[in-house]
Amino acid sequence: MSGAPILATRGLVKRFGGVAAVDGVDLVVTAGEIRCLIGPNGAGKSTLFKCLTHQHQPTSGHVLFEGQNLQGLATHRIARLGIAIKNQIPSIYANLDVRENIRLAALRRGLPKRELDRVVELALEEIGFDDRRAKQPAATLSHAHRQWCELGMLLASDPRLALLDEPTAGMTRDEMLKTVDIIKRLNARATVIVVEHDLEFIARLAQRVTVLHRGKVLVEDTMDKVEANETVRDIYLGRKKEAIHAER
Amino acid sequence: MLRQLKHALFPVALVLFAAFGPFVLEPFDLVNLSAFSAMAIAALGLAFVWGTLGILNLGHSVFFGLGAYAYAIAVSNLGDSTLAVLIGTLLPVAFSLILGYFLFFSRLGDVYLGVITLCVTLIFYSFMTSTADPSFHIGPVPLGGFNGITAVPSLNMPGDPQAFLSTEATFSICLLALAGAYILLSFLRSSDAGRIMTAIRESELRSELLGYDIRFYKLVGFAVSAAIAGLGGALYTAVMGFVSPNVFDLPQASQFVLWVIAGGLGTFVGPVAASFGFQLLSSQLGANQIFNTELIFGATIILFVLLAPQGLLPMILKLSKPRFQNRSGILRRKEKPA
Amino acid sequence: MDQFVILCFAVVNSIALLALISLGLAIIFGMMRVINFAHGEFVMLGGYATVIANHAGVNLWLSMLVVAPMVVGMIGAVVELLIIRRLYGHLVTTMLATWGLSLFLIGAVTAVFGNTTMGVSAPLGNIPVGAYSIGAYQLLLIAITALLVVCSLLALHWTKYGLIARAAMQNSEMATTLGIDCDRVYAATFIIGAAISGLAGALLAPISGVLPHMGAAYVARAFVTVISGGGALITGFLSAATILGPVEALLSYFATPVVGQASLLLLAVIILRLFPTGVSSLWTGGR
Repeated sequence: MSGAPILATRGLVKRFGGVAAVDGVDLVVTAGEIRCLIGPNGAGKSTLFKCLTHQHQPTSGHVLFEGQNLQGLATHRIARLGIAIKNQIPSIYANLDVRENIRLAALRRGLPKRELDRVVELALEEIGFDDRRAKQPAATLSHAHRQWCELGMLLASDPRLALLDEPTAGMTRDEMLKTVDIIKRLNARATVIVVEHDLEFIARLAQRVTVLHRGKVLVEDTMDKVEANETVRDIYLGRKKEAIHAER
Repeated sequence: MLRQLKHALFPVALVLFAAFGPFVLEPFDLVNLSAFSAMAIAALGLAFVWGTLGILNLGHSVFFGLGAYAYAIAVSNLGDSTLAVLIGTLLPVAFSLILGYFLFFSRLGDVYLGVITLCVTLIFYSFMTSTADPSFHIGPVPLGGFNGITAVPSLNMPGDPQAFLSTEATFSICLLALAGAYILLSFLRSSDAGRIMTAIRESELRSELLGYDIRFYKLVGFAVSAAIAGLGGALYTAVMGFVSPNVFDLPQASQFVLWVIAGGLGTFVGPVAASFGFQLLSSQLGANQIFNTELIFGATIILFVLLAPQGLLPMILKLSKPRFQNRSGILRRKEKPA
Repeated sequence: MDQFVILCFAVVNSIALLALISLGLAIIFGMMRVINFAHGEFVMLGGYATVIANHAGVNLWLSMLVVAPMVVGMIGAVVELLIIRRLYGHLVTTMLATWGLSLFLIGAVTAVFGNTTMGVSAPLGNIPVGAYSIGAYQLLLIAITALLVVCSLLALHWTKYGLIARAAMQNSEMATTLGIDCDRVYAATFIIGAAISGLAGALLAPISGVLPHMGAAYVARAFVTVISGGGALITGFLSAATILGPVEALLSYFATPVVGQASLLLLAVIILRLFPTGVSSLWTGGR
């Protein structure tokens, strides 16, 4: 994998009324990397995520995927370019079983039947679901298993770029560790962009971290350097403590 | 394997009935059952588009009615009924593509979609009732306003307009067409395209994120249901020998919905069984003023909806099975008044 | 000149008729997001209440303006209690249930009164306009419709009930925490909507006569008007009526009434293609 950019934004702005939730973000993600977007509450992470996937139309600026402007493309067209999206709220087919869910994700690739079956079974294996679990209706899965089911769908759809919004929200530490594993497998095939809160998760996963603050990019560096950065400590870690105190 | 066998049971039963029915039943019953089958075919179209794709089409009767009128006009003009049935199937498809473009590309919600489709069929009803003037005609066929088109030729041998088929043959064709529609839709539902349609019903967002164009699949499913309904309408007109604006009216539209609700959303056997059951019931009620069909059907819809407010499926699974087994019982009862 | 006056009258009359037959439906839809498929039958019942009260010797105006709304309002209360209340939040199911109700009411009225037209004669005379004439009663109908719309707007924006109703409509959970009993608001809304539908039927009875199936003649236009109007409670359907009414009136005049109705539907479908949540999304911003 070379250093060619797979996703780039130019002057991305999203306003809600008078407030700019995303305020001129220039982001460049190179092919093959795992990039984490972090920042305190209200930094504009989720809005940026929705803009990257064009679930929100940016007020101004562009999102370029392999040089192609995503402006005006329907959601399914964006998916067909090879962009897989996992929103914060799990979005799976609740009344279908897990295997059917994953099969539907792989179906669009137009593989011959034997190859299709192989892809589905491989994805099931990668998320660690046995046959009994694969036959379970998705609605009966626990929260973490739903997230994994959706990650399995992403794996099976063979994307070039996978965008994940808080994939470990509400998970125990063990479940988080397993998720790290799955995302690393995803990264073996695709570039991955993750929006996340959990610092341990990010430390285990990310090569580069982009810190957002008030809709702008504050720092972009490796996790070690970001953790050592004074400003980041102030606004992110410090703020987080304040927030915890405030909640109490 | 066992499941596939179970699925084959219903069409096999229909085919057997098509083969042996003429030997056991009176001509009057054969005509009635032919008409019931034609209606049941149309109901299958709705069962598919609503149950599989989740499109709440309350105006399904518009496709049935278009098929019915298209057959009547085409067969009177052309003489040959085979081509007329084909036209009766294809005209609703053309209409469904135009209507569907507006419905699905606007991304209307369920409620809006139901209301608009119902209004479409009601407008057709008022249009057809206003065509009494002789200036409304297609070829030599006057549209006939409220009375509709009468003396419509029945089915004939392909290519020979003089060789009309017997009541028995028409009966067999209607039942075979029903079995055919059932098999076709079952195959479609279990195909990859059918699975994607089911997926779209389950979650439109997820399907779009996976790269499926939901508008396209909805349009295709809508057109398939229109074809099936049109076929039903064409056969119905061929059996009855006339068509009137009533094929578009509110009672007709509600019958299809009632059968699918009562038979069970998501199944095909249920709506067919329910359509036979309710048609028998309404033919028994006839023109009874006190216990008229609207009173009974209305009460039935309310009861079904109220007894399973969370979704009708769970209750229907319980109900549709005994009803299915009762089919022979209901039919036997029908033999007596004949 | 005379023809122009008549044409203008036809346009205004068409807007008023659309508004009159849609108002009850619009109130229920705007507040509860419920499409009442039995709306046409509420209109029909209002007509029957008027005709029967009048035949029983009650003054025509009294039976139109008092008896009909009361009777249909009471029927609405029963329906709300037995059906609507049990299905809150299930929009599609409610729609199907009211559809069943619609058939049931047609059937019940047929069973009791038979499938024949009954009527009362139209009061007031005609006003000559050159070679043509306008029914004075139709002018009154336009005035009453305008009055009803203005009253509903005032009630919604200037009274305590209106404020409570708008609160419940905007955010029922929030309203509940403020101590508003949303169920009672919904029940009251449904009853008022039913009563106004009944009043519409009563006012139409002298013009069209009453018949068990008469609702079907109005529902399609009422649904289309309300739906293409969108979420804004009164202004939505009113603007839709103002767009659709003239089209229907002019095409009915220059072609046939059926062409007028068909073009009304076509226009509504085009409106929904452009604004999938109705024209009022222009000023309410979605919803």
